[in-house]
Amino acid sequence: MKEFRHLENIVTLEYYREKCVGCGACSTVCPHGVFDQDSGTALLMDRDGCMECGACALNCPTQAISVRSGVGCAKAIFYGWLSAIPFLRRLFVPDACSS
Amino acid sequence: MDRIGVALVRLGIGRDHYRVAPGLYALGEPDAQSPVLVTCNFKLTFDQLRRELAGRPFWLLVVETYGINVWCAAGKRSFSAEEVAGRVRAAGLDKIVTHRDLILPQLAAPGVAVRKLPKLCGFSGVFGPVRAEDLPTFLDAGMQAGPEMRKVRFPLRERLTVALVEVHVARKFMAWALAACLFIAFLGPGGFSLTGVLGAGFAAFGTVVAGFLTGVFLVPAFLRQIPVKAFAAKGLLAGSLTGLALAVLLGRAWPEGAAALMACAAFASWFAMHYTGSTPFTSLSGVDREMRRYMPLQGALLVLAAILWLTWAWWGDTVMGGLS
Repeated sequence: MKEFRHLENIVTLEYYREKCVGCGACSTVCPHGVFDQDSGTALLMDRDGCMECGACALNCPTQAISVRSGVGCAKAIFYGWLSAIPFLRRLFVPDACSS
Repeated sequence: MDRIGVALVRLGIGRDHYRVAPGLYALGEPDAQSPVLVTCNFKLTFDQLRRELAGRPFWLLVVETYGINVWCAAGKRSFSAEEVAGRVRAAGLDKIVTHRDLILPQLAAPGVAVRKLPKLCGFSGVFGPVRAEDLPTFLDAGMQAGPEMRKVRFPLRERLTVALVEVHVARKFMAWALAACLFIAFLGPGGFSLTGVLGAGFAAFGTVVAGFLTGVFLVPAFLRQIPVKAFAAKGLLAGSLTGLALAVLLGRAWPEGAAALMACAAFASWFAMHYTGSTPFTSLSGVDREMRRYMPLQGALLVLAAILWLTWAWWGDTVMGGLS
């Protein structure tokens, strides 16, 4: 998203162009226009626009994209930390989502 | 559905009843050639699809996402190729339609690997647009979505609508915060009387509420204008301003005002940081980094605010007496 940007140079998105077969799935599924297509392969246009949702990597048929996917949600991350602590493990689940 | 009902669901009231039974639905008298759309079983989504496609015949295959929206369900992998294929088979879709195409919401892509679908259920999947409102255009264009239909947007109206969800999410936190405020008030000089505890406790809770409103409504409203990138930092900036306004309005002595400002900034920062979960553009890595960076600062500000307030409440007169 061009109008809203989060931190720069932090995402875990990696693109291996030599593995790309140019199917275009990544540019179809990306909600932020991170990839574009040019003469038979994908181009990584806007790495910092990536939100690590993992749609591209999951839908890439040749594993030309890797990303540590997850939800960029403070509550889920916080509960993930708490659930790693022995006693609190019983109270918090790492994937907690607004309930 | 009525607007009040929608607002209540956003606030979390009756949210668990807003589920649709998974399965195949016929809308507008579809036939064997009508398109098949796939969606989650969150009732607001189901209703929006019916509204946007009113008057068109289509099949709607609802998968089990436990009342969670498409994007979050895909992120948590409950909206998956396996789930879609299972529902296709359970509905006997191959006997109902003659074509073999499924239209999936684009935001299901983090959970659904479409290339797996033909092998799993004999149907192939196509990703439709991000927004339901673009579906008529998408269908009329022979299932083609332009680049703008494929991108998420986050206009003011949406930013504030999802903020309502935060009110529901924060309710337990607020209850604990109120208890903590009353406890700190109990430690103060007014701790011997009920009115003393309640007065000071609710005044302290007022700063928490101001921080909450700043982090959850003010920061999202001015998301673009606040000139820092980390949400926690946006909260610190905005919270300092509301805290300052609060201190000036209350017109107490400066140490109390400073304590209110610090507490308000800390809470606004905390809540703005939590708003990341409602935005469509923050990454796991980015949020993780800002939490590690700003949570110690938020904690330090709170402890400082409590110490400052207690010190002033107990020994303020002595300090001022000693100075004069």
